Amino acid sequence: MSDNEYVLEMRNISKQFPGVKALDDVTLTVAPGTVHAIVGENGAGKSTLMKCVFGIYSTDKGEVLLDGRPVSFVSTKQALDAGIAMIQQELLPVPERSVADNFWLGRYPQKNYGIVKIVDEKKMYADCKAVLDDLKIDIDPAAKVGNLSASKIQLMEIAQAVSYHSKVIIMDEPTSSLTENEVEHLFTIIRKLRDQGIAIVYISHRMEEIFEISDEVTIMRDGRCVGTYPTKELTSEFVIRQMVGRTLTNLFPPRENTPSEVVLKVENLTSISEHSFKDVSFEVRRGEIFGIGGLVGAQRSELVEALFGLRGIKHGTVSIDGKKVVITNPIQAKHYKIALLTEERRATGIFPVLSVLDNTLMASISRYVRKSGLIDQQRATTDVQREVEMLKVKTPSLSTQLEYLSGGNQQKVIVARWLLTEPDILILDEPTRGIDVGAKYELYSIIADLAKSGRTIIMISSEMPELIGMSDRIMVMCEGRVTGILDGKEATQEAIMTLATRLM
Amino acid sequence: MKNSASTNSKKRFSAQSIREFATRNAIILVLAALILVIGIVKTGFLAPENLINIMRISSVRLIIALGCAGALITGGTDLSAGRTVGLSAVIVASLVQRPDYAQRIFPNIATMPVILPILIAVAAGLLVGFINGMVIAYLKVPPFIATLGMMVMVWGAASLYVDRPPLGAQPIGGLRAEFTNIGTGSIGFGNFGIPTIILIALVVFAVYWVLLNKTQLGKNMYAIGGNINAAIVSGVNVKRNLVAVYTIAGALYGLAGVLLAARSGGATNNYGQSYELDAIAAAVIGGVSTSGGRGTVVGVLTGVLIFEVLNNGLVVIGVSTYWQQVIKGIIIIAAVAVDIRKYSAKR
Repeated sequence: MSDNEYVLEMRNISKQFPGVKALDDVTLTVAPGTVHAIVGENGAGKSTLMKCVFGIYSTDKGEVLLDGRPVSFVSTKQALDAGIAMIQQELLPVPERSVADNFWLGRYPQKNYGIVKIVDEKKMYADCKAVLDDLKIDIDPAAKVGNLSASKIQLMEIAQAVSYHSKVIIMDEPTSSLTENEVEHLFTIIRKLRDQGIAIVYISHRMEEIFEISDEVTIMRDGRCVGTYPTKELTSEFVIRQMVGRTLTNLFPPRENTPSEVVLKVENLTSISEHSFKDVSFEVRRGEIFGIGGLVGAQRSELVEALFGLRGIKHGTVSIDGKKVVITNPIQAKHYKIALLTEERRATGIFPVLSVLDNTLMASISRYVRKSGLIDQQRATTDVQREVEMLKVKTPSLSTQLEYLSGGNQQKVIVARWLLTEPDILILDEPTRGIDVGAKYELYSIIADLAKSGRTIIMISSEMPELIGMSDRIMVMCEGRVTGILDGKEATQEAIMTLATRLM
Repeated sequence: MKNSASTNSKKRFSAQSIREFATRNAIILVLAALILVIGIVKTGFLAPENLINIMRISSVRLIIALGCAGALITGGTDLSAGRTVGLSAVIVASLVQRPDYAQRIFPNIATMPVILPILIAVAAGLLVGFINGMVIAYLKVPPFIATLGMMVMVWGAASLYVDRPPLGAQPIGGLRAEFTNIGTGSIGFGNFGIPTIILIALVVFAVYWVLLNKTQLGKNMYAIGGNINAAIVSGVNVKRNLVAVYTIAGALYGLAGVLLAARSGGATNNYGQSYELDAIAAAVIGGVSTSGGRGTVVGVLTGVLIFEVLNNGLVVIGVSTYWQQVIKGIIIIAAVAVDIRKYSAKR
């Protein structure tokens, strides 16, 4: 071990992106054998800072020291070799290949046969299994990664980071796809690593996790470091206040919506896929906010994607305004005035290189086509401008490429896209995932306003306070089946969790 | 558990398991069906001489298709394949002309051991591939464009090479028997002889199988094609791997050019024209994904055989040349449409 007090030091780091100052004079120190949490709203610069350490981004100013020696990695390979591993927020597997192939990617063990080097598959599988077993993670090294659930892939990446024998492991939102039991499992792993003298940098939005696992907390805001505190001395109110720079009086806005007649009726809906939703029945009223709760794997996304025509239905019926409808593709869904904000913003939501304007227009472009076949640019711009202003999207201009906006603002643009289609039924799948506290409140206000104006909202959420705080009623699913529908006023986290685990 | 599973699968043997088997092995079934149908229509098709002839032609095509498949697996493509085959063919042919042949490209060149011209031709292909790889990996030119440009350039180079006074551009003939034997002769095992060209193709096939399945480069190729960002973040040297893939492909085209010249006993600057399209089509028929990350050498072999069985079979049956083209096009699209069902999972 080195004599340095800190294994990782970042001094006066600044980083500029086109139009945005992502990091501004950030200084951060991490001691070995500690868990150092970094919190902040989305766009505060947490991930950017860590990507600068990990060799994905270069810094404009400042220096990074590892064991007291200045380092400047130009590739992740150099960072890994020097003893820094990072689990990125976006999972990055090669879906067509096996777990073991993914595990050793970039460092396959090889045997020499004369001048020919052959990959040692036996060793690959055995070593991968040993690491997974040691961490008590139940994954078959021979399984194809594309067939694994998101939480298994996340656990696989965590095990992979551990297997590099790093001095510093950076975890960027490592629990985003994990169930509660798996989070506990991860914490056991983190404590074990910490006790071995490894420094963990833990980026998360989830307050309770930070208080449970971290020794120190660094709070970031708008690319700056607000302060570093021992976790013991903090309260969550203080952390939230420092993150947003203002006092949040209420987590959820008041709701003034009044549910009226039944708009959507679903009866015995069953998926064509064997392991998906079965016999799902429920009704949703006009002006209602209908929450859907459950654990990862409860098939909630699959259910709403089937309602939107993206997945096949074996049997069961869907009625809108009392009339039976058959929806087999999103075009029909739009015709029935249904909108769906998908769970995977990056995969199925945004067009990163297209402008804010084009991204917003994407679902309703046909309405702006003139008789000549050309698009009425002026009317389109006016409408997009109106939505963007209403939703308070922070963007330099409408022609800015969407990839330069923060996650919360990207999400608002997608909400704007669907509002432009003037939907009656708006389905939101994890609408606040990866969004900062301030933007969350704004999104909640938007949802409340939409319900008040008579829109029907169906909202999937894995955050129970959000479900309870926002929903008129909450349907809970477990392994593809509905296990109960609770009244929002009477629902408790315990009640939801009991239903969500009932079939397990 | 095991028992119930096996009885269960027996029970379902009738409909579902057959359908599953059929979708999983669709391409091999297509090949078998083609051979059967053509064989019934014209029994002459199944004569050993004809089948061996198909395999001789397939040998060259397989080597080219393997090179292209490598590029496709990394998410790229290689349009320069055919013209590189042509360049290699004219180079090797010009160096193995008989001393007594009247129209020699290099009238004063000394007779050299056959292996030397072969190595020179393969090296020429390798160089072309290396340049492709450098342009794609380091100049970041998309593979389609980089190899399109190379295709045009290489044809020009091959034409310049044969266009020499006083004869001008002309077919290169009069090759030494030692050389043409590689393409037309056999290696005996007791009473039984296997054509040399087929043996060479089998060796290339085996080596390429090991490369793709058992070496770091092979695994990296699938990773680069499957998710290039994952490969970069995992510390795979993507640039060096891409250069290696295109360089190996170029060497394979070089070898294919040698075998083509040996089999046909000559070469012109038009050799190899549009071979890259046949190679890509065969690879894709064999299940190699044009978007990368997917493909096997056995699949490529099956694809090549389907193509050549069709080529030969349509001629044997007596289908007109123009109809042959139409049918081949339909087969390419139909085969891929059937094969893709294997991957389009139920949602």
